[in-house]
Amino acid sequence: MTTSYLWTIILGGLVVTYLIRLSFILLIPFERLPERFRRGLRFVPPAVLAGLIAPALLLPEGSWDLTLGNERLLAGIVAIVLAVRTKNIWLTITIGMLSLWIFSLV
Amino acid sequence: MRAASPSLEFLTGARDQLPILLGVVPFGIIFGALARSLGIPALEAQAFSLLIFAGSSQFIAAGLIAEGTPAFVVVLTILLVNLRHILYSATLAPYLSKLKFRWKIMLAWLLTDEAFVVSSVRYQRPHEGYPHWYLFGTGLALWASWQISTFLGITLGSIVPGTALLDFALPVTFIALLIPTLNDRFTLVVAITGGILSVLFSTLPFKLGLMIAILMSVGLGVLLELRQDAPIREGESS
Repeated sequence: MTTSYLWTIILGGLVVTYLIRLSFILLIPFERLPERFRRGLRFVPPAVLAGLIAPALLLPEGSWDLTLGNERLLAGIVAIVLAVRTKNIWLTITIGMLSLWIFSLV
Repeated sequence: MRAASPSLEFLTGARDQLPILLGVVPFGIIFGALARSLGIPALEAQAFSLLIFAGSSQFIAAGLIAEGTPAFVVVLTILLVNLRHILYSATLAPYLSKLKFRWKIMLAWLLTDEAFVVSSVRYQRPHEGYPHWYLFGTGLALWASWQISTFLGITLGSIVPGTALLDFALPVTFIALLIPTLNDRFTLVVAITGGILSVLFSTLPFKLGLMIAILMSVGLGVLLELRQDAPIREGESS
């Protein structure tokens, strides 16, 4: 992790994010976007988040682990159930982390 | 409630943002601490919040950086994650069209999920008072809290030693963020497909598997939705 690597990401992230925020306020009328593209926007966050969660739970060491010994999968399931039941972000994060800690002791 | 002057609108906007800040501040602290524990230096960790200023994309970028993902893939992922701001930009654009250039570039800078959500309520009555000052108040309150909380996290994070389990804070945070976005069966299908494809493609180089999984599952969501709407939408211009 070099300094130039990090700053490429920070400045690149700055440019793409700011251009997106400026897009219709300063640059283009919304109607110019194809409808399919407009519809796709709301699907991006769930797709990205699920795409990051699944490998972290199912491939904890980079390879398949669907056993009861996979503490991250078990704690992830606890967090998912909590999130669905309570919709409370902080409770989900706290209990999710705590349950990983407990499962790793067992 | 009626806010008559620019400064009163500004303060009202900042005040209406307070309940949301209660949720944002711990999030900023977690980001600062996590970035440090992943090996990102303090200055760069703060620069993420100062310059990118978009919570979920900062967490996702930090996770990708920790895995040594090439910079262009990280930037591309930030782009995809923040693409939803296009909707906010488009929604607010008609209301901001008469403002001066410097107002536009400043309000665009402060445009986040939270500022948008709070001020879109205010913009239901756009013709009275100074709604752009209200938006400025919500945006600046959020920006300041995000900087301070990131700084706190960076500072606390270097005191609290990292543990082997801390990397799990990322997926568990993502779970907490994901569930509220699943508000119909299309989003649910997109999330499940995205998860499965991401695992299947996880061996591809440069984390490209994630990009492919995102694009394919979003495409599937759009197709399914268009198919369902087709009979109703026919002949409609929108």
